[in-house]
Amino acid sequence: MAAAQPAAAPAAGRAEPNHGLRILLIWLPLALAADLVIWFVWGPHLPPGDMSDTAASQQFDIRVMSVMAAPVVLAVLVYCGYAMITWRPRAGGEDEDGPPIEGNSKVQASWITVTTVLVLGLFVFGFVELASPPGAGSGQGISPLWKPGGTPLQVQVIGQQWLFTYRYPQYGGFETTDLVLPAGQPVQFNVTSLDVIHSFWAYQLGVKADANPQVNNIAYTTPEHTGQFTVRCAELCGLWHGAMYDYGRVLSVAAFRSWARTTETRMAKITRTLPSYALVYYPNEIAGLAKFYYEAGLPGAGGGFYGNQYYPDEP
Amino acid sequence: MSVLARAVTLTVAFLAVVGLALFVVIHILLAEPPTVDFTAGHAAGRPVSMTIMADPVNDVSDHPDWVSYFVESPQTGMWVHSTIWQLPAHTRINVTAYQFDTCDPLRNQFNGRVTGTVGNVMSVSGEAAGVNGKGISVVNSDTTCGVAHTFSVPELGINVPLAGETYTGKNECTQGPCAISTAHTTTTFSFITPGPGDYRWQCFIPCGLASVDGNGHAMSTIGFMTGYLDVVS
Repeated sequence: MAAAQPAAAPAAGRAEPNHGLRILLIWLPLALAADLVIWFVWGPHLPPGDMSDTAASQQFDIRVMSVMAAPVVLAVLVYCGYAMITWRPRAGGEDEDGPPIEGNSKVQASWITVTTVLVLGLFVFGFVELASPPGAGSGQGISPLWKPGGTPLQVQVIGQQWLFTYRYPQYGGFETTDLVLPAGQPVQFNVTSLDVIHSFWAYQLGVKADANPQVNNIAYTTPEHTGQFTVRCAELCGLWHGAMYDYGRVLSVAAFRSWARTTETRMAKITRTLPSYALVYYPNEIAGLAKFYYEAGLPGAGGGFYGNQYYPDEP
Repeated sequence: MSVLARAVTLTVAFLAVVGLALFVVIHILLAEPPTVDFTAGHAAGRPVSMTIMADPVNDVSDHPDWVSYFVESPQTGMWVHSTIWQLPAHTRINVTAYQFDTCDPLRNQFNGRVTGTVGNVMSVSGEAAGVNGKGISVVNSDTTCGVAHTFSVPELGINVPLAGETYTGKNECTQGPCAISTAHTTTTFSFITPGPGDYRWQCFIPCGLASVDGNGHAMSTIGFMTGYLDVVS
């Protein structure tokens, strides 16, 4: 630390105190207390909570980062406070700088060592946390680096301006506006879009994955507690982006299965009219009616824009 | 230039910039269509009748080629180019929707189901090929000319696919608000308003002509194919 060096010139007949030791003795208990408070008091309440394994993992990461950052912040504040008090101008005193710290190998070595350890530590920690279970909760594209064990529940998230809908291929492929998940079972979200780019953000689950048209973006999580969570679109997607949110529920496994079977039956009529379950959809191409209308020379709603394939010209 | 001249120039320039900014804010950013009031004179517990139409064209805006909703004013009986409707809370709203546009497939056929209405059904009459009848709960827009636009209030779970008019080239609406004598379908349904609040509604057919995959223009402009229900107590 640089604290020991920039002291004012020693006054005649008076020994200069060990400023570095003083600062260390002030900083150490403060840093220790701050870290204990952050870890044990504040930590359990840090976002996004612990509703799922991915959320708990993110909360752990934030706790670790906070515990590492607090001593650094305190070191800066303590040093500044100490400097302002100890080396403040005094009436009748000399108004001049202290000795320069340039060339002080001890300070330089300390600075380089501490910052290197911190940065490399965060680098390794970040990589390990991204790649190891339970993953980061983010979209991993179509070829995930990390997959959970077992057979996850498949849930397809379909973004459309301005609504999320969800398909359950293991339950007949029904589609619904209700996102319901079982506690204690891994879930694989297959996230896609039918129009522009959206972002599926299940906040309390610690899941956030971009919804790109004609792309399947996979994210995993395992809900650990029953309750309600918020789903928001996290990608500015147009006029009603701010209204593109809903709420999901985590139920017990038995309650979930009951809900899924009931919903499968209730949705059977609309399910029969849906396109077959697929990881991505091409609504402009599956819209056979657009082709029919185009080839017959007939206009469709809104001037028959539907399907660039058949209506390629800008008006 | 004298100090006075510079001061005057600076003041005029400043006022011009402020004026321009105010004009943009007031006339563009904050511009909204008028609110059509269905609460005036409404007796508690009585249903409200609301008549709307979805037109392929309109002749009352700067964008005559944009598809647009109109609503019949309960006070004057005139068609108003607005999508902001003030409704009484906890009240049954009986809706008659005239639809003058031709059909197109839904981007997501899931929106072909009727939900959030009384009985989760709608009734259709007119020229809707394949969907004539009563008590319709699902329309397959991929196989029939079943849907032209939708009236959807996602927050309330309301979704009504409005039947498309089968294009014949005869008696088509070419001027909005469309005359009832031109070819159209009629969809009727009812829904119950919730407690007070603003609830956005929109169309789920990407009918914004040739813009952002059909989702721009009319689809993204309040007053055309989207708006909100201003529910008051």
